[in-house]
Amino acid sequence: MNKFLRNIILIAITIYFIYYAQNHFDSYTLSILDNIGIFAILALSYNLINGIAGQFSLEPNGFVAIGAYFTAILLIPTDTKLDMFALVDPAPIILQMKAHFLPAILIGGVAASFVALLLSFPVFRVRGDYLAIVTLGFGFIIRIFAINNPAYTNGAMGLNDIPEEANFLWIGIICIVTFLVMIHVIYSKFGRAMKSVRDDEDAASAMGINTFKMKTYAFMTSAFFEGIGGGLLASMLTTITPDQFSFLLTFQLLIIIVLGGLGSMSGALIATILVMGGMEWLRFLDDDITIFGMDLGAHPGMRMVVFAILLIVMMLFARRGLLGDRELTEFFKKKSK
Amino acid sequence: MSNVILKIDHVTMQFGGVTAIDNLSFEVEKGSIYGLIGPNGAGKTTIFNIITGNLYPTKGRVIFEGNDITGVKPNKVVYKGIARTFQNIRLFKSMSVLDNILIGFDAQANYSYFEAILRLPRYFKHEKIIKQKAYELMDIFGITQFADSNATALSYGNQRKVEIARALATNPKLLLLDEPAAGMNPNETAELSEIIHKIKKDFDLSILLIEHDMKFVNAMCDKLTVLDYGENIFEGKPADAIVDERVISAYLGDFTNA
Repeated sequence: MNKFLRNIILIAITIYFIYYAQNHFDSYTLSILDNIGIFAILALSYNLINGIAGQFSLEPNGFVAIGAYFTAILLIPTDTKLDMFALVDPAPIILQMKAHFLPAILIGGVAASFVALLLSFPVFRVRGDYLAIVTLGFGFIIRIFAINNPAYTNGAMGLNDIPEEANFLWIGIICIVTFLVMIHVIYSKFGRAMKSVRDDEDAASAMGINTFKMKTYAFMTSAFFEGIGGGLLASMLTTITPDQFSFLLTFQLLIIIVLGGLGSMSGALIATILVMGGMEWLRFLDDDITIFGMDLGAHPGMRMVVFAILLIVMMLFARRGLLGDRELTEFFKKKSK
Repeated sequence: MSNVILKIDHVTMQFGGVTAIDNLSFEVEKGSIYGLIGPNGAGKTTIFNIITGNLYPTKGRVIFEGNDITGVKPNKVVYKGIARTFQNIRLFKSMSVLDNILIGFDAQANYSYFEAILRLPRYFKHEKIIKQKAYELMDIFGITQFADSNATALSYGNQRKVEIARALATNPKLLLLDEPAAGMNPNETAELSEIIHKIKKDFDLSILLIEHDMKFVNAMCDKLTVLDYGENIFEGKPADAIVDERVISAYLGDFTNA
């Protein structure tokens, strides 16, 4: 019970910090915190399927897109939709869809989760590298679907004027909820079963674990929170286009969870802060670069090079990431022994 | 009611053109220890894989407690009451000894996914019960002190014990042991046979085991089958097997034509 009390206090402090930040920080700092919060949600959920269940899938951009589009369509008022859809008239169902903020992001999550359920049947017939390729394909399919169905998604122009209802209070609290759900899953028989599937699938099924079911649970839970994260992203940015949800997004999340340590939720949190904070800090690399008086010009995307190099270095020297597959608390336990 | 717990009924297994098991039949009696021996590549592990549903036999049936279990999926076979260990120990490498054994109790922890996420009372109740059972099991094997250490950090002999404990956690009626004494020194082997006898009595088990160590087989088995190239070349008491001509020629080569 001591531990329970400690956790309650920690959560209370975090919520107070979020509340304080929302009311006192300037909008630039808040936008960085928003970004960190959303990516933390995405990284935590991606870590469940990739780190805990050990299924090397490259699909999060697909689920984030589904969540973002559902939320955007549900939030945008009907009149704005009629104005916005320039290529073709919006489908009647698009005009009818309408919800408040919280139901909207939840519907986005449920939609992503449902797609994950459907996807799991073909996808989990293959393992390892093949799984990566199949799920990578799924991300592309979602993007191409969004581009080629302007009646539903307004095509390549994307959706804008999404009401900006996501603030740091929402994002922070949902981030806490995501973290708690992930920890609760991991420290239960389901988390153990997922880890056993990661370690040795045949031995797991020889112990009576339904490996397909465990993978699907992990996949659906991941997708749910990725969808919610997508919804928050849409509402925070107020505008979305299909190109936002390219493989680059998945790549960014992959860097985060590998840096934090596959299978470590606290590692994912720390890594999100490092990577997203670093992204902001390294912004000067995208500006004009002058070395010894030579003007090399501006190279947008220079920041990503840094992270690509970081990933390579980590694969060579620190394959287990910051925390390995352990949680932060387990390190303190070791010390006290 | 017959006293047979497992019946292998004319099973043939072909991989392409290779016949791994040729028309094999034998019966394991309830409460007995049955041995399956034979030279390398004789098809012993293939039989295990057929019983546990990893392979579907080309011909023949597997009957467990009077029910046909041929081709039942591996994770369902466990619920019928058959648990196995592997030839090359296959513990869950990133998990602690306790967690490894808790995996065996998975089906007995009866709470849903949402109950786990919301941490409802049933989660705490069932987790407590299976943890207690896991500690009882570890006590029997004398591995309680390793509960929190990583499974792969243990010695070979202890890893075997964890694997057998994990199999026992599924509450089986029939235990399949694939070379349990492989890679153990004589002391460890002696300790292992003691434990196997003990768990057989305590858990009311029948055991089917694959082994190379004849001394171990002699001490353990009530009855055995000798396989050679997938064929049943001997069935009977272990003491008779080591003097049987066909068995000797299968292991050491045929001297009559030399």
